[in-house]
Amino acid sequence: MIPRTPKWKEPSSTAPEPQVGAARSVTRRGLIEAGAGAAAAAMVSRPALAQEGDNLPPSIPEWQLQPGEETLSQPYGRPSKFEANVVRRYRHGLPEPPTRLSSFSLTPLQDLCGIITPNGLHYERHHAGVPRIDPLEHRLIVHGMVERPIIFAMEDLTRFPSVSRVHFLECSGNTQNWRAPKPELTVQDTHGLLSCCEWTGVPLATVLAEAGVRPEARWMLAEGADAAAMTRSIPIEKALDDALLAYAQNGERLRPEQGYPLRLLLPGYEGNTSVKWLRRLKLGPEPFQTREETSKYTLLMPDGVARQFNFVMEAKSVITLPSGGQRLGAPGFYEISGLAWSGNGKVARVEVSTDGGASRRDAALQEPVMSKCLTRFRSPWRWDGGAATLASRVTDETGYVQPTREALLNVRDVRSYYHYNGIQNWSVAAGGAVTNAG
Amino acid sequence: MPGRIPCLAALAIAVIAASGAGHAAERYGFGRPATPQEIAGWDIDVSPSGAGLPPGRGDVRQGEAIFAAKCASCHGAHGEGKPMVRLVGGIGTLHDKKPKKTVGSFWPYATTLFDYVRRAMPLNAPQSLNPDEVYAVSAYVLFLNGIVAQDATLDADTLAKIKMPNRGGFVSAFSPPGAAKP
Repeated sequence: MIPRTPKWKEPSSTAPEPQVGAARSVTRRGLIEAGAGAAAAAMVSRPALAQEGDNLPPSIPEWQLQPGEETLSQPYGRPSKFEANVVRRYRHGLPEPPTRLSSFSLTPLQDLCGIITPNGLHYERHHAGVPRIDPLEHRLIVHGMVERPIIFAMEDLTRFPSVSRVHFLECSGNTQNWRAPKPELTVQDTHGLLSCCEWTGVPLATVLAEAGVRPEARWMLAEGADAAAMTRSIPIEKALDDALLAYAQNGERLRPEQGYPLRLLLPGYEGNTSVKWLRRLKLGPEPFQTREETSKYTLLMPDGVARQFNFVMEAKSVITLPSGGQRLGAPGFYEISGLAWSGNGKVARVEVSTDGGASRRDAALQEPVMSKCLTRFRSPWRWDGGAATLASRVTDETGYVQPTREALLNVRDVRSYYHYNGIQNWSVAAGGAVTNAG
Repeated sequence: MPGRIPCLAALAIAVIAASGAGHAAERYGFGRPATPQEIAGWDIDVSPSGAGLPPGRGDVRQGEAIFAAKCASCHGAHGEGKPMVRLVGGIGTLHDKKPKKTVGSFWPYATTLFDYVRRAMPLNAPQSLNPDEVYAVSAYVLFLNGIVAQDATLDADTLAKIKMPNRGGFVSAFSPPGAAKP
């Protein structure tokens, strides 16, 4: 009999260690058993069956004994109801902010395959809610140090030659393992401010050429049309390099949470700089010193001085399977799988360790390996049933090697908050419970 | 009239060459010129030089009344925070294990305070304060931090001249490709 319980549960704050329950299930990949127990809210609803097992051979499954749903019963399709626990969440154990108008949500990396984040699961970070913008009344103004200030409607922007590129976005506040790691955290909690989509739009350089950038322009202010009118200063070098004005993600127009109808997309840069709901670009000689690049998104160093304009998300990797909150079943073969990325280019190498870094072996990288994009890595492992510590370490094409948590702490101290890219360790206990070891 | 096409192409090339833009490329003619009125309505940013500060003025006393009515419910009666961020105090704590990063202790420019209040505050009614009110609220928050006097009045000239306590507390980590790292 196969009970229909979800493949893993959210750890409860009162029970940091996933509990072994009577009911266990296997994942779609048949590898990792879930802890079962509380977290009923996350449970998948079960069909009312006369008796469990009725749909297994030699019986004929009930879904073969009657026609299914009609074609076009869902004009916009949705995931199976059995996947209802694959959702964005707030960070486990973190007090809710005073208002969700300024908050974030995390991508369920533990449930995703490959490198593409489905649009409904892309992480969120909003500063004053998600505006509902009528694309017919949305405009982009390009002005400041340009030859010709121009105002664009969406229909103007979509006429330009377009490109599609696959890039990750990561919030620089992702992964808060600075202080003592909380064992109950899942990879969604620790690394879920990370997503990856195919973005389609017009190269920003094309649009800026239309306005004619003056030689003295060195920085560009990007401003959103949300209620925070959020702004960041972008170096002209980046604006003219690989920046996109994106209007589509994964084949469809942007989701409102990702900036519909138009966003800036700066490959490899911290997510906050890819300003959503983009309404204005102003060219100037210097940074504009906005709130988001002074009070926020700066690294307060041990000497009391804060570093500004820490744009690039440096190389980082994390094992997503197995990961915190999951539980290994019987000893034997497991495929270790995870994600690696670098804001400086392509992933060159990922090494996986099952003994806390004492030994490492190269993981296989899923092709194609793309620049400033997630790379899926995999490594076979035979678990002997004992304690283990799983970790991955990425090296990017520049030769940069992902640091340990200790190395980061030595240089940066906990107060810098942003840009944590340390090696992530998952502790496997004898018996199979997987917990965050920072 | 096929004969006109080369002429237009030549004209386009001439326009690009004459534009002097270092980043010139093919132009498509999409969009239309933005009018000064359109730009003025959206051009709300303020730079550390004071560029972008609008006409108007406001003093600490006026700011106190506006703050009590529109800001205190989130930031506390005197900017002490709760439920939202603390605005006041913390000067000298940036070396501590738990620094208090406030407008007074951390923000390097008073112009950023004006810019942010004007574009984003209050949370439930952004861009609702007129310039006089933004000057007044800025004056009050700066007064609470001991940066301006109780009888201070702020306008475009006086606000841009304020030197924040942590003005020297920032360095840029950005260097253009090819440049020496700072």
